[in-house]
Amino acid sequence: MTEITPNGVDTTVLEKESRNATRAMLTEFWYYFSQNKGAVIGLIVFLALVLVAICAPLIAPHDPSLQYRDSFLTPPAWQEGGKAAFLLGTDAVGRDILSRLIFGAQYSLFIGVIVVSIALAGGISLGLIAGYVGGVVDTLIMRVMDIILAFPSLLLALVLVAVLGPGLTNAMIAIALVLQPHFVRLTRAAVMAERNRDYVVAARVAGAGHLRLMVKTILPNCLAPLIVQATLSFSNAILDAAALGFLGMGAQPPTPEWGTMLAEAREFILRAWWVVTFPGLAILITVLAINLVGDGLRDALDPKLKRS
Amino acid sequence: MSSDPILKVRDLYRTYDIKGGLFRKSSTLTAVKGVSLDVERGSTLAIVGESGCGKSTLARMLSMIDAQSSGSIEIGGMQIDIAKTGISREMRQMVQIVFQNPYGSLNPRQKIGHVLEEPLLLNTSMSAAERRDLALEMLQKVGLQPEHYGRYPHMFSGGQRQRIAIARAIMLKPKLLVLDEPVSALDLSVQAQILNLLKDLQDEMGLTYVFISHDLSVVRYLADKVMVMYFGEVVEYGTRDDVFSDPKHDYTRTLFAATPQADVDSIRKRLAAKAA
Repeated sequence: MTEITPNGVDTTVLEKESRNATRAMLTEFWYYFSQNKGAVIGLIVFLALVLVAICAPLIAPHDPSLQYRDSFLTPPAWQEGGKAAFLLGTDAVGRDILSRLIFGAQYSLFIGVIVVSIALAGGISLGLIAGYVGGVVDTLIMRVMDIILAFPSLLLALVLVAVLGPGLTNAMIAIALVLQPHFVRLTRAAVMAERNRDYVVAARVAGAGHLRLMVKTILPNCLAPLIVQATLSFSNAILDAAALGFLGMGAQPPTPEWGTMLAEAREFILRAWWVVTFPGLAILITVLAINLVGDGLRDALDPKLKRS
Repeated sequence: MSSDPILKVRDLYRTYDIKGGLFRKSSTLTAVKGVSLDVERGSTLAIVGESGCGKSTLARMLSMIDAQSSGSIEIGGMQIDIAKTGISREMRQMVQIVFQNPYGSLNPRQKIGHVLEEPLLLNTSMSAAERRDLALEMLQKVGLQPEHYGRYPHMFSGGQRQRIAIARAIMLKPKLLVLDEPVSALDLSVQAQILNLLKDLQDEMGLTYVFISHDLSVVRYLADKVMVMYFGEVVEYGTRDDVFSDPKHDYTRTLFAATPQADVDSIRKRLAAKAA
């Protein structure tokens, strides 16, 4: 491993210094992030959720779609008539709500990741091109994005799903399309601010081509607002997917998706409060946790808001 | 005067179109009006002038960032007209630039090693190890430590960053180095260090400088020839001693008169005048 360069420098020393510099950046990031207590709590909740989603088959007490014919609408365990086997009770067809919630976490996180990835990929490439090239291309891209933004987002997603056909995949595509303009705008604004900075000109003088300037020089410096927006969009995506599921346009029964669970429970709101409350709470807690993380990331990444 | 001009500029113009609005007619602004100059190999030409007189526009044209509107630039015997011919690798390697603001000219997300290696990566076909060795060598040459190789720009002071910017500019061994007010963002003691570094590098590598500045004491220290610009035009052009001892143009005289005198004698004189 130890290799000495011609000018007598030990490469392991160099590598160590390089690692230290990277670590210092991360330490600083963590310092500002951890100043925000809410963000840390949000992160813990979110990580717990991820863990639950990953270990769902191990920790779920029942199969999420198994119907226990002897216990329809069993109340939660601590209520009168509750059964210890069904901690959070069962729904109208006798499926264990806790297990369904645990498996539902998988779907929610999956939706968040896929939607944000699609929206990010599309948004960043369009935004980069619009901001870097400018002129007619910029106008064209931004006007199309303005048109998308002019629709109420859920309505547009609904229309898209109606066109594509109901189902979780189509719902995710629709939500990604609806969220995309925000990424395009953010990327474009950041690129336009960075484009004429000296270091970009210096890279150009050093011989960097357009693609390299866009992707390797400018983009890494535009990531901070994008990461924040991605986090907030993650929760938005979960929320929208739940809404589409509730309207019957998203995941189809018997998928244990939280929004779909709410939709199935609609008729029992007055008789059995637990069938609607727990999926609703699950959505609320997840979205809140992710939004808190997003706020913390903003504090840590956006130098303009630092210590203000 | 030796007759080995590495940079020949003839009758250079740069105009900007100002777009008309609803209530304004469109017009053109001429930032550089008919500049001609020669720079000999291994010498320094200083361009002096107030803000907005076209110095930086000239620097951007010389370093092939912007194209000229008319006129010719010849560097190392090669005609440069990027609007017509584009920029080849060969042209890129001839001119490099150092910017005024060392805080803005380094990519905040790029480690110093990569900053220095980027020009080599893009313009040569060296292996990663060769590039690293050259980068390390250059770090030492500009007075930095090899362990700075893996650090980020925000971990450095302004003077150190300017050293890095200079190192990046000379990585490709350019024939011409354009220095756009390289020391005006630094404090005085660091200015002196950077100027000495520039002088050493010039002696060592035979670099040719076009040095843009508004600080006359810096110019007097570094320049072989001086050019004074005023509203895009050259009002004074000659060797340093000629220009400083016998300024021809009114603007040059005003400029010299506006320079604060900081030598001990003039301070004594000022104090005596105050006491009296």
